[in-house]
Amino acid sequence: MLDFSLMAEVLPQLLASVPMTGRLALLILLLGMLIAIPLAYAANAKAPWLRRPANGYILIIRGIPSLLQVFLIYYGLGQFEFVRHSYLWPVLRDPFWCLILALGLNSAAYTAEIIAGALRLVPKGLLEASAALGLSWLQTQLKVVIPLAFRAALPAYENEIILTVKATSLASTITLLDLTGAARLAVSDTFAPYEVFLTAGCIYFCITTSLSWLLRRVEQRVSHWDRGGALAKRVKSEVVHA
Amino acid sequence: MIASGYWVQLLWGALVTVGVTLASLLIGTILGIGIGAAKIYAGKPARYAAEAYTAIVRGVPDLIVIYLIYFGSTVALTKLTGTYIDVNGFAAGVFALSLIFGAYAGDIFRGAIQLVPRGQSEAASALGLTRTAAFIKVILPQAWRIALPGYGNLTIILLKQTSLISVIGLEELLRASSVIAGATREPFFVYAAAAVVYLALTTSATFGLQRVRTFVNRGIA
Repeated sequence: MLDFSLMAEVLPQLLASVPMTGRLALLILLLGMLIAIPLAYAANAKAPWLRRPANGYILIIRGIPSLLQVFLIYYGLGQFEFVRHSYLWPVLRDPFWCLILALGLNSAAYTAEIIAGALRLVPKGLLEASAALGLSWLQTQLKVVIPLAFRAALPAYENEIILTVKATSLASTITLLDLTGAARLAVSDTFAPYEVFLTAGCIYFCITTSLSWLLRRVEQRVSHWDRGGALAKRVKSEVVHA
Repeated sequence: MIASGYWVQLLWGALVTVGVTLASLLIGTILGIGIGAAKIYAGKPARYAAEAYTAIVRGVPDLIVIYLIYFGSTVALTKLTGTYIDVNGFAAGVFALSLIFGAYAGDIFRGAIQLVPRGQSEAASALGLTRTAAFIKVILPQAWRIALPGYGNLTIILLKQTSLISVIGLEELLRASSVIAGATREPFFVYAAAAVVYLALTTSATFGLQRVRTFVNRGIA
C-alpha cells in the first residue's frame, strides 16, 4: 500500500531541510542556556526580589503552550508601532529569529529548573569545606559547585535537548522550511501525506535516537565518579519536565 | 480592547480545549495501562511491540504524529470507501494525542507497577485470585498511587499539547485566538488573553491534581 518509490523520491528533498532543523535546535539551546544560568542562580537566591521574579517567569512559561509563545512573538509583536519602527524590527520580522527567541525563552525556563535543581543538590559539606579553604564565592562556584552540578544535571539536560529538537517542528507553523515544513510542502506537491510524513518521521527518529545514544556516551564518560548515577537520578526525578 | 462577542468565542475555544484534553486523557490512560502492563507481563512479541511504540513516539515530534493521523486517515478512509471523507478534526486530534499520551503514560505505569512489592502479587495468587483479578484489584490500585505525580505532569503537558491540534483546523483555544487576532488586528492582546486562559487552566489542573494526590494518599504515611 505504501509507495516506496515516492518515499525515495522525497527523501533528498526532506534531507536537505535537516540542516535548518539542526541550526534552529542549536541556537535555541544556546540562547536557552545563556538565560538559564543566571535564572537558575536567581531562582535559588535567598533574596526574594531575585527569587520571586525568576520563579514567576519559570511558572508562567511552563503554564503556556510553546506554540502560543511562538505566535505571541511572531504575530503579536508586530502589532505595536514602536516595535515596527525599532532597530530590532528586521530581526523580529524574520520567522527564523522569532522562533529562536520564542523557543529559546521557553527552553530557558526548563533548563533553569534543571540547573537550579542540580545546584541545590551539591552537598552542603562541600561548600563549608571550600569556605574553610578560604575560597571566595566565585571560586567555590567555578571550581567546586559547577563541575559537580554540571554532571548531575546532564541526564535531565539530555532530555531537554531531545525535546528541543522535536520542538523545532513548530517552525513549520510560521512558514519556515525546517524538516516538518519541507514535509508539508512535499505533501502539497505529491498529495501523499502517508508516505511523506512517514519519511519525515523516520528522519526525526534517526536524529533523536542517535543523538540520545551519543549523549548517553558523553554522560557515562563524565559521571564515572557518580556510582550508579545516584546524584543524577535525584536531579532527574526532582526536575519534572512539562 | 476585545469586544464581548470575541470573549465568547475564546471561552468556547477553551471549552473545546478542555474537552479534547479529557477525551485524550481517558483513551490515553487506558492505552498507557495496557502498554505498561504489556512491557512487564506480556510475551516477547507484545513486549517488543510496546517498547517500539514508545521509542517511536518519543523520537518523533508530536506535530508529525498529528499530521500523520489526520491526513493519513483521510487518505486511508477515502481509499477504503471510494468517496472523499473529511476526517473530523476533533476525532483525529483526540486519537493522535491519546497515542502520544499512552506512550509516555505506559512508562510511568510500568515503573509504578514494578514498585508494588512482589509479596502483593504472591499473596493475591495464594488467595486464589486469577492473574487478571490480581492485577485489577490488588496491583493497579496501589500502582495508581505511585504513578500519580508523573501522571499529573503528563496531564499538564497534554493540556498544552492540545494547542498543536490548531494546525489541523479544530477551533480550540489557540485556533480561536488566531481567528480573533485576524479579525481584530490586535494579535498581541488576543494571544496574551489566550495565554492567561491557558495559565488559568494549567494552574487549576495542577491544583486539582494536588487535591487528588492528597485524597488517594489518605491513611498512608
